Amino acid sequence: MADEIFSRDGMLSRSTLLRHTLAALVGLGLLYALINGMGDYRNSQLAPIAFTVCAAAGLTLLVGQSGQISLGHGAFMAVGAYTFALIQEHWRTSHGNLELIGLLAAAAVGAAVFGAFVGVAAARLRGPYLAGATLALALGLPSLATYEHLTKQLGGNAGLLVVSPNPPTGSIDIYRWQSVICCVSAVVVLWFVANVSRSRVGRSFRAVRDDEIAASLCGLSVARVQVLAFVISAACAGVAGGLLAIIDLTAGPQAFPLSLSFGLLAAVVFGGLGSLAGAVYGSILVVLLPVWSQDLTDALSVHSVKVSNNMPLMVYGVVLAVAMLAAPNGVQGVVRRLGSGIKRLAIPSEET
Amino acid sequence: MFRFLNLTLNGVSVGMIYAAVALSLVMIWRGTRIVNFAQGGMLMFTTFIAWDLAQVHNVNYWAALVVAVLSGLVLGAVAERVLVRPVENGPPLNAVIVTLGLLIFLQALAGMIWGNSQAHSYPPGYSFIGYKVGNRRLAFSPNDLFIVVAVLVVVVALYLLFRRTPLGLRMRASAFNPEVARLLGIRVGRLLTLGWAMAAGLGALVGVLVAGTTSGYVQPVGPFDALLVYGFTAAVIGGLDSPIGAVIGGLLLGLLLSYADSYISNNVRTLYALLVLIAVLMIRPAGLFSRSSTRRV
Repeated sequence: MADEIFSRDGMLSRSTLLRHTLAALVGLGLLYALINGMGDYRNSQLAPIAFTVCAAAGLTLLVGQSGQISLGHGAFMAVGAYTFALIQEHWRTSHGNLELIGLLAAAAVGAAVFGAFVGVAAARLRGPYLAGATLALALGLPSLATYEHLTKQLGGNAGLLVVSPNPPTGSIDIYRWQSVICCVSAVVVLWFVANVSRSRVGRSFRAVRDDEIAASLCGLSVARVQVLAFVISAACAGVAGGLLAIIDLTAGPQAFPLSLSFGLLAAVVFGGLGSLAGAVYGSILVVLLPVWSQDLTDALSVHSVKVSNNMPLMVYGVVLAVAMLAAPNGVQGVVRRLGSGIKRLAIPSEET
Repeated sequence: MFRFLNLTLNGVSVGMIYAAVALSLVMIWRGTRIVNFAQGGMLMFTTFIAWDLAQVHNVNYWAALVVAVLSGLVLGAVAERVLVRPVENGPPLNAVIVTLGLLIFLQALAGMIWGNSQAHSYPPGYSFIGYKVGNRRLAFSPNDLFIVVAVLVVVVALYLLFRRTPLGLRMRASAFNPEVARLLGIRVGRLLTLGWAMAAGLGALVGVLVAGTTSGYVQPVGPFDALLVYGFTAAVIGGLDSPIGAVIGGLLLGLLLSYADSYISNNVRTLYALLVLIAVLMIRPAGLFSRSSTRRV
């Protein structure tokens, strides 16, 4: 029985869906243990990591697999957050947690619809032109909230208030419950993106990335594939935006600065472009690096406030630049190289 | 009509600034095929150096400007040599991340030296009081004229350098085809460093000019990031490969933003930039001044 499942051509290696579902369940179990085992302080860091993973997973699918750059994923997160906040404001039910699932789904759909519009425009653009357009999007879209004819609907600079859902039984505190929501969403998004990238759709993304002309000769509609990549990627960012709104308790223009979009791209490239595991490593690093360097600065007891305030940012910048010079394929590239090295040591006769 | 004239003049003076930023990005793009996202951070840092000299140490405006441009030249050369050269032939996104890293580093360094919270004003080169036409005052001051003339002089000087001197010919050759240029005995690496240095020097000039306008100020994070986005937008509108396109794109953007700010609403400036960019790119996906065969197969 076990052999039938785990062997080389057993059920697990044949069914991608089964494998990914199993991995997702194991991940959920581990995260549950982690949330229960960690203190409040560590838990408050888990939620930002989890929503960054959601957005980074979508971005790595877009940039790494379909080959389209986006410097403006913060804009899709903003659309998700505002969708979440607007629907919550006008439509409240008594089923807090069912409502939550509906709202997060709505955030994903809202961002996906917006992603479709952006994707149609983006399919005409290449390389730096797409980078420029998405950069302007990241800077321009959040400022829509401050447009004077929309401040009533979108809350202006202060943004819209969001109500955080209560934990179901009262057994865990609100921060742990936020961590649970974010982690479950992250696992669901990762599971979804993993399946997409292993499917026909994912293969068509990579085909278009590698050679547009060859892909269209094979019968793929290049533009349609590129738009689809934007839609899926935007949906993931929309979920991330909804989660950000829950944690911040608001959806406002200040929550989506350029540095958010840059941080997402940094997470994706740092982890290893196109790899989901890389998106997870990168997100952990991007969220935790400022925290770590703040701890380090505190430990060194620097007297100048100016220096200690800017230390995290400086470490972040230096690590980004140095990591790209030292490991051009990101963390996942290093892991892969180590893995194949170990394999070669263990089974020396496999390659001839 | 008078209002329209004022808006046009204001648009030209702002547009010249965008044009200069766009031109510096285009110079770097043509040489190394990299969009330098650290450009805003680099010109922020050099402007801070000039501000420190002019405001804290009471150095003459022109001396501070010269020091800013010189430090820009050095900063650009060092950035190219140390950070960009190793990633030049790698995946293009790695270069983007490296320039982002440099941007964050420079912002943090400036914050460490000069503090983040305070927005410092910068002394203008000339008076802010507008010229008088008849008995009405234009919203165009000697300082605005100085900006327009300074950028024009630099643009013309760069044009002459690239088109009329052997050095410019070598730079164009190494940007156009590095392999062949190298075979012909051109030191391509050095010229790339020089190109970055010149672009950063131009950026440093723009930084001082912008900081000295009525709405300008110096702060590690904030004013110069938006300037980079407007400059990049202008460069993309013009077509990233065309210096003339960069200048025209900058002027176009400056004028349109000036009209929209006044006639529609003045707090969604970045949104107008986005709309202008999308409108231009939907008609010409590689900018206004792109050549027909931009896509390599």
